[in-house]
Amino acid sequence: MKIAVLTKAIPSYESSIRIDSTSKWIDESVVNFVVNESDSYALEEALQIKEKLDNGTEVVVVTMGSQDNTSKVLKDGLAKGADRAIFIQNEDSYTDPLSIAKLFSENLKDENFDLIFSGLQSDDLGSGQTGVLLGELLGMSTATLGIETDIQDGQIKIKRELESGWFQWVTLPFPASISIQSGINEPRYPSLKGIMGAKRKESKVVDGQLSDSPKQNFLNLFIPKTEKATEKIEGDVDGIVAKLMDILKNKLRVVS
Amino acid sequence: MILVVLENQRGNIHAFSKEAVAAGQSLSSKLGMDLSVLCMGENASTLKEQASDYKLQNLILADHDMTSTYSADGYSKVLSDVIKDLSPKYVIMGHSYMVRDFLPRVSAKLDIPFVSDIISVTYDGDSPVFARQVFNAKLATNIQSDSSSKTTLLSFQSAAFSSDNIELGGSDATTVFEVSINSDDIKSTSEPEFQESASGVDLTTADVIVSVGRGIESQDNIPMVESLTEAMGAELGSSRPVVDMGWLPSYRQIGSSGQAVSPNLYFSVGVSGAIQHVVGMKGSKNIIAINKDEEAPIFEIADYAVVGDLMEIVPKLTEELKK
Ligand SMILES: Cc1cc2nc3c(=O)[nH]c(=O)nc-3n(C[C@H](O)[C@H](O)[C@H](O)COP(=O)(O)OP(=O)(O)OC[C@H]3O[C@@H](n4cnc5c(N)ncnc54)[C@H](O)[C@@H]3O)c2cc1C
Repeated sequence: MKIAVLTKAIPSYESSIRIDSTSKWIDESVVNFVVNESDSYALEEALQIKEKLDNGTEVVVVTMGSQDNTSKVLKDGLAKGADRAIFIQNEDSYTDPLSIAKLFSENLKDENFDLIFSGLQSDDLGSGQTGVLLGELLGMSTATLGIETDIQDGQIKIKRELESGWFQWVTLPFPASISIQSGINEPRYPSLKGIMGAKRKESKVVDGQLSDSPKQNFLNLFIPKTEKATEKIEGDVDGIVAKLMDILKNKLRVVS
Repeated sequence: MILVVLENQRGNIHAFSKEAVAAGQSLSSKLGMDLSVLCMGENASTLKEQASDYKLQNLILADHDMTSTYSADGYSKVLSDVIKDLSPKYVIMGHSYMVRDFLPRVSAKLDIPFVSDIISVTYDGDSPVFARQVFNAKLATNIQSDSSSKTTLLSFQSAAFSSDNIELGGSDATTVFEVSINSDDIKSTSEPEFQESASGVDLTTADVIVSVGRGIESQDNIPMVESLTEAMGAELGSSRPVVDMGWLPSYRQIGSSGQAVSPNLYFSVGVSGAIQHVVGMKGSKNIIAINKDEEAPIFEIADYAVVGDLMEIVPKLTEELKK
């Protein structure tokens, strides 16, 4: 069986996010790029399936983006146990989900993957569409928000998360593209042996230029406005604590 | 024409779909376009009855045995056929988990854009501009669909429009769309929806909730917030990553996939304020948030924004409370 895992480099949550001079993108020079959280869970799920089946299953990590931002992502995937990597390189930041999915589709269609796993959304653009779009473009069955998987003969059973504590099991025939929800497993750390071995694994680079014009365009980024009258409390710790005590006791009266 | 598609939620119109109707009415009056509402899939005819009061031009029923339970295959096929037939300029739904699951399929099938999780609409002349959150709600972006797109799919974040603003008055016409679908179109099989036994704590009745996020950094620091919770006589809640990492049990999770709470005081420590968390707590009467990042989105909805290091503030505050 062949499993692809789509994984993306995104700014870490501690990174400071500044709009750049074009106002269409962020200043990447002050950003620390890391693997998108739900993608780590997607990779772990694929690796666990490989280990369980133990019958020549191949796991391929796939990423798209610029060389600088993504190199860590691929190294990390290979070090954790993926067999090879495909890097769709483009130095511009694409934002149209459908154009992005088409690039994946063009570059992956000849691989004939049985399964494609992706994180349910990236914590930068957050469209949450790539895995489903790609599934449709490649004629695969699709499901989102997988929180448990069970590989069966020629098909995969997935527990889907629904709203407010509800779930549903769906069964999809191969080939299938499934987006994975965080918390499905415990992502591993790469071992030293894995890190050393990663250097010898195949990493294919393909050129990722858009062939089509985008269907939707980012006009400009902006900082969201506060809707509420928020009182800011800052300064030294003792001052903050005294102020909080006053609010809790005298304003909100939740403590006596 | 603008087409709003209703979603079923256990026999009723989904709350997000009602907001989508309000959005559809707003766009149709701004753009001078007709409004149609489509009832398809699970409980389609019940939804149609419930929608009969809404003021619109055409109420459409697209019912079929093979879509009487949800499948991404079936729903995307039917909606694509409706769009091909009616060529709406915009198709509007609420940004629900079901919409995440099947609407991108329609986008790819018809090669049309899907602008998802929209928070507001402005207009550049006659052309709507859609705002959505990016970078974990730290920034937002304005998006326009390409002018060559015949149809654009839209999904709105909860509370982007209020269902209180729905105009009533009934539909000018009711029509039936003949669904053509066969068993080859549906590759997946699904089992009935179920709820996981909600054992643990009922946070919905708590008066004060202390809620802990990933800023707590490690399981070893959990006792520190537990002490604060105790000193405040509160219940402990958390964001999703804290549960995902196994630091707290899942019944403590607040948000779209956890519990929805509205205590008198919501006291958050190290929570960034992602929308999926915020939908579960924005009804709180008072919100105090501690975060070291001055630009954390949680501060946008907080009454008191405490900018500082929780590792220092929490133990000191606990000490004071115990005095
Ligand atoms: C479909 C879907 C469903 C989801 N359901 C839920 C849900 O039900 N509930 C939920 O919570 N999330 C849910 N999420 C995840 C959600 O999008 C966010 O990823 C999550 O809420 C982030 O949790 P957090 O705020 O704890 O972590 P982060 O976003 O990582 O934020 C941590 C915060 O801690 C601050 N911090 C760090 N160190 C300190 C310090 N020393 N002192 C003070 N502050 C500090 C940082 O500045 C940061 O703001 C869902 C996501 C999806 C896509």
